[in-house]
Amino acid sequence: MMLEVKGLTKRFGGLLAVSAVDLEVAKGEIVSLIGPNGAGKTTLFASISGFLKPDEGAVNLDGRSIINLKSHKICQQGMVRTFQITQPFATLNTLENIMVGAYSNTSNKNIAQLNAERVADILGMTSLLYQTADGLTVAARKRLELARALATNPKLLLLDEVMAGLNPTEIDEIVEVIKGIRDNGVTIFLIEHVMKAVVNLSDRTYVLNDGKLIAQGTPKSVASDPVVIEAYLGHGAAKMMTNGGKS
Amino acid sequence: MTFSLNTILLILLGLLTAILAPLGISSKFQLDVLTLIFFTAYIGQSWNILGGYAGQFSFGGVMFFGTGAYTSSILLTSFGVPPIIGIFAAIFMGAFLGLIVGYLSFRSGLRGSYFALITLAFAELLRVLANSVEFTGGGVGLFLTYAPGLHNLQFNSPTGFYYFSLVLLVISLVIAMWLERSRFGAQLVAIRENEDAAEALGIDTLKCKIYAIMIMGGMGGAAGTFYAQKYLYIDPPISYSIALSVEMLLVTIVGGMGTVFGPLVGSFFLHIVNEFARHFIDTPGVSLIVYGFILILIISFLPNGLVGLFHRARKKKDDNDA
Ligand SMILES: Nc1ncnc2c1ncn2[C@@H]1O[C@H](COP(=O)(O)OP(=O)(O)O)[C@@H](O)[C@H]1O
Ligand SMILES: [Mg+2]
Repeated sequence: MMLEVKGLTKRFGGLLAVSAVDLEVAKGEIVSLIGPNGAGKTTLFASISGFLKPDEGAVNLDGRSIINLKSHKICQQGMVRTFQITQPFATLNTLENIMVGAYSNTSNKNIAQLNAERVADILGMTSLLYQTADGLTVAARKRLELARALATNPKLLLLDEVMAGLNPTEIDEIVEVIKGIRDNGVTIFLIEHVMKAVVNLSDRTYVLNDGKLIAQGTPKSVASDPVVIEAYLGHGAAKMMTNGGKS
Repeated sequence: MTFSLNTILLILLGLLTAILAPLGISSKFQLDVLTLIFFTAYIGQSWNILGGYAGQFSFGGVMFFGTGAYTSSILLTSFGVPPIIGIFAAIFMGAFLGLIVGYLSFRSGLRGSYFALITLAFAELLRVLANSVEFTGGGVGLFLTYAPGLHNLQFNSPTGFYYFSLVLLVISLVIAMWLERSRFGAQLVAIRENEDAAEALGIDTLKCKIYAIMIMGGMGGAAGTFYAQKYLYIDPPISYSIALSVEMLLVTIVGGMGTVFGPLVGSFFLHIVNEFARHFIDTPGVSLIVYGFILILIISFLPNGLVGLFHRARKKKDDNDA
């Protein structure tokens, strides 16, 4: 198993943001995590990747416990996250941003640059290499997040809403990019709101609501699960929809 | 930044000029001014590594200078260790102090103004300590004897000290150029720009910041030995003077933070301005007012300092040429 999470719990004071979550991601899979805003998805990612210290639970990466490791160590072990709110190195250009990721595998500047250029090419950012990050569009910044993470040469990528704010064409493009990354042997665990992309991309989907996993399965089965519909649309919604469908 | 052929030629020309300068400058005073400019540029560069590249502003940078000055001076006066060895002990003690201060403050997550203030507190603490213990000579200070010779890092002409400061300056520039080209430098800049993102991408931010403050500390330590051997007297207010802490950040901010030549450019600029100000307005403290004014102007209009202005002009020219 690439990623195993058992009984993960994270509290913010009295707020139970993530509650006893169990989940698994197998090597080579694309698994998605969906759920309403405030469900605890980002908190779950942050707790897995060493940015937040979980209150309870176990996290194993490729069979090894990473529960008390700092985030840079977790990155070195092969799991890297992106940020929902993009966090570019603002005054650096695209190439320099991606090189920071590439430097996690080499101390040689030329090799880091070659790797960064290769990753930029995969993400279609070659024309932006010498643009400063703070001048990039939202779509380009999302790609930059992905590019930097990919440049660390990870086994497992955690992507937090890399499609939010993109237009349909840009979404189609990034879906293809993500498929390509998986085909190159990188396992992917992603948080996403864009249902079309979720259905299109993921082998399996987990649904989080109020910090608890409420459903899991193929994206299609999950999307039609009454429990999930209720979580998104409120109590009674599933019944309304099925009734509405009949009448 | 990669250095173009033009830049390399310019650097070599500058170096050659600096080496030959004493042949053309007969005035001892002028050579002393140049020495001071180089010294300030050097210590500014030490601040630049942690402040300009890694983005961790310190208000107490003088603590390394003072500790280095005391280290080699005490070794000399109490144990007869020649300063040419003492300067390495000073570098070591400066770096060691950097390790302690860095570990304590960065580990507890101090950033921004909190970190700046904690360094100020450390410098003040050391000043009070140096004042109250015996082996530093307390408030009386330490007097060094004048015995020119390379082993004493003392010279019988201003030219010797001029070259001493030039060597320090060149070393500091080489360190900055190495930062510009190395992984470590890229990691420091990443930390400056966004610490969370840096961590996510596998950078041990704590370790990198501690290394940066240790380099700053080592450089400051050597500066202390230089000062003590040149002026032959140190005491707590000199060794841990807030004015020097301010000066090292001032020349760097004015010249351009996170650039190789920023501290040198800033040091030249501020010393020249200072001479002018003294020439025209003969009131004590006027240079401080002028400095303050310049700082406000630079921070408002030239966030990348004078070096940034130069880059902007060159970029414009390139755009026009194209
Ligand atoms: N650092 C924090 N401190 C306190 N509460 C937080 C913090 N981060 C998130 N929360 C809360 O935890 C819950 C889950 O947030 P989040 O994980 O961002 O949800 P999602 O990513 O699913 O939209 C929300 O109620 C949010 O307000
Ligand atoms: Mg979120």
